[in-house]
Amino acid sequence: MKKKRILMFGWEFPPYNSGGLGVACRGLTRALVRNDVEIIFVLPKKIPITPDFMDMLFADKVSSVTVKTIDTLLSPYVNATNYTEEYISLESSIYRGTLYEEVLRYAECAKKIAREEKFDIIYTHDWLSFRAGIESKKISNKPHIAHIHATEFDRCGGDNVNKKIAVIEKEGLQTADCVIAVSKYTKDIIVNKYEIPEEKVSVVYNGIDKEDFPEYNTKSERLKNLKDNGTKIILFVGRLTLQKGLDYFLSAAKKSLEYNDNMIFVIAGTGDMENQIIRQVSEMGISDKVLFMGFVRGDELQDAYKMADLYIMPSVSEPFGITALEAMLHSTPVMVSNQSGVSEVATHVLKVNFWDTHEMANKILAVVEHDVLQKQLSENGFREVKNLTWDASAKACIDVFSKI
Amino acid sequence: MASVCFYFQVHQPLRIKRYRVFDIGENNEYFNDNSHSSLNNKWIMERVARKSYLPTNQLLLELLDRYPKFRISFSLSGVFLEQIEKDFPEVLKSFQRLVDTGRAEILSETYYHSLSFLYSREEFRNQVEMHKQIVKRLFGANPKVFRNTELIYNNELACEIESMGYNGIIAEGADHVLGDRSPHFLYTPTGTKNLKVLLKDYKLSDDIAFRFSDKNWVEHPLSSDKFANWISAVNGNGNLVNLFMDYETFGEHQWEDSGIFEFMRALPEKVLSHPDNDFVTPSEAISKYESVGEHDAHNFYSWADEERDLSAWLSNSLQCDSMDKLYQLRSIIFETKDKKLIEDWRRLSTSDHFYYMCTKWFSDGDVHKYFNPYESPYEAFIAFMNVLADLKLRLELLKNKKNIQKKSVKKVGKSHKKKIKKKEKVVI
Repeated sequence: MKKKRILMFGWEFPPYNSGGLGVACRGLTRALVRNDVEIIFVLPKKIPITPDFMDMLFADKVSSVTVKTIDTLLSPYVNATNYTEEYISLESSIYRGTLYEEVLRYAECAKKIAREEKFDIIYTHDWLSFRAGIESKKISNKPHIAHIHATEFDRCGGDNVNKKIAVIEKEGLQTADCVIAVSKYTKDIIVNKYEIPEEKVSVVYNGIDKEDFPEYNTKSERLKNLKDNGTKIILFVGRLTLQKGLDYFLSAAKKSLEYNDNMIFVIAGTGDMENQIIRQVSEMGISDKVLFMGFVRGDELQDAYKMADLYIMPSVSEPFGITALEAMLHSTPVMVSNQSGVSEVATHVLKVNFWDTHEMANKILAVVEHDVLQKQLSENGFREVKNLTWDASAKACIDVFSKI
Repeated sequence: MASVCFYFQVHQPLRIKRYRVFDIGENNEYFNDNSHSSLNNKWIMERVARKSYLPTNQLLLELLDRYPKFRISFSLSGVFLEQIEKDFPEVLKSFQRLVDTGRAEILSETYYHSLSFLYSREEFRNQVEMHKQIVKRLFGANPKVFRNTELIYNNELACEIESMGYNGIIAEGADHVLGDRSPHFLYTPTGTKNLKVLLKDYKLSDDIAFRFSDKNWVEHPLSSDKFANWISAVNGNGNLVNLFMDYETFGEHQWEDSGIFEFMRALPEKVLSHPDNDFVTPSEAISKYESVGEHDAHNFYSWADEERDLSAWLSNSLQCDSMDKLYQLRSIIFETKDKKLIEDWRRLSTSDHFYYMCTKWFSDGDVHKYFNPYESPYEAFIAFMNVLADLKLRLELLKNKKNIQKKSVKKVGKSHKKKIKKKEKVVI
């Protein structure tokens, strides 16, 4: 059988990423190629990387189309969510509408690429590349698959939906021949909020590859010293935004510290709520029990996972939540909110409703008190995550290809 | 001859509610979940009674009426009996009517459906005695055949049972223990003199209990004709077909619309249409047939899961640790002679609590998930350990009450220290 050739429009790619979208694009494309799919991966702007497993095109290099752009917003590459946040802040400034123009520019470039390249399927990741997919389909008449990693409804936590983004999201989903959602949770949002027929949306869960986490030597002396003193470490990793449920994390911290104060709550990440959170922590009187690590990646992030006795992802709305898999891969016990995609595939994790801080504290204390519980979660979680691979995700995608 | 011996296991545990760390020292009603969930014991009992116990009892009563040769036997756990006696008297009455026919035998077991034989011989004997008493009180019965929780069995158990005055015991007819021998005979357990063991024909039993409504099973749908033929085929190769299963098979595990009731309604006639077939109770089987050899089971085995071992209750550290911690408390709790405390401890000894903590989801996942009222084994463990912490706290409070002068505060567990102090003030 002839190899399927895919024209894929992305937005960011590791190491030039700041979130899950780039990680997912790398994991998925690499596994698709391993499974005999050819990919031309397009990014909106030139970055100095050349993956060895697929061709990469940069829209700004192949097209001379000029649309007014704001470079400060495009470089360094941020994930779609940060983009949105910055976009919202830009709306009130003199740069009103600029990101929209950027999306259009990407789409204009896509037309040229679609004319010049040979491919069987168009594949887009999230709303920023949807217009590129729509234009490419008009040119080539090839089927368009729209992969949703997060919707506008997740990013804004349900309120203040950005209408312009929602319109592009809806248009992309409606015109696409097939939609792939990263979870049933996300599929439900797509079906209910965007009125997309259920049968058009397939669920393909994210995965994780061990090769992306090379062995290394522990660097974080600070965490190590804490650990050596017998202090239990409860970890949060993520942007400090409402969507990630950090205030629920702190409320559970406060409750559990009343029962056991031999714990440190470590927060890794930055975001728009940072100052507010720091204030909140001191108002709660737990400043000495909360440690802000700032934005961490690479070895430092691995350190944090390895040192933690429990990783908590208390998201209010999480389409998937790859960090939970990352923690499991480091044999760290995990607690996730039921309002997350990953809670649908991971069974050896603790689960809780994000608003139920009582239950969150109950479970934190249980893990801290009972070594056997920590050990079981760690061992079984690690065994489980080894089967949640990008290869499995790629195979599920290929299944979708065969149906269009 | 091919004598069919039915034994039905009837048991509903007292499931522990979502008992949080914040409940420790605040309330000690561990088993009274009243939410609309699978942890609500009363709600579950109501459902199972309606779907299974009441209609099946009614059906069996009709069958006993119609066929004088029909026989059945039950093992009803003590925790089950106390629940129906308290809240579902009509269910109790329907079981009593069956026993009153004289053709439904009651078997003996541990009151709390526990694994006590593995942990405390004294506790085991006490729980068996407690069960004897409730069965005597409610049914006027004096069981002579014993079945241990989940058919957990080994030679040692058989010897213990013989010494306790029984003349029969029930066990699984597991291949790895039987080898090429047939479960269709009675055997003498190694080390015993007069005891006889009845071995479950797991193929025929599971055809009803597990496969009956499985549309992928080649024999589906299973007619009573076909099944009676399989039983008759034993003639000449054996004399006993032991069909042992959970009673909830009828109407709860196999739904009414699967045809399970019609199957059962027609079965006695089909079985009896072969002149060499009949029905027996376990006691009748024991007096009717001789042992044909020795049954040697050095290691524990059971009727659970593919493995037929103890792994459903004791295969991971959550299970082993919580069980150890429970039995570590036993003697000091019993010293208090506090009835409520002892009763709560015993209720925690029910095997189901440990079954819910099983993480062996990789191979037997479906069955375990089906029977687990908690979202995960971890939830089950957390609730259990919190209850255990509360039990320890009550123990401390009782002790302190007795030694007010000493005012010695013992550590009950790091995280609950504050709670104890708070409570002490109230007590002293």
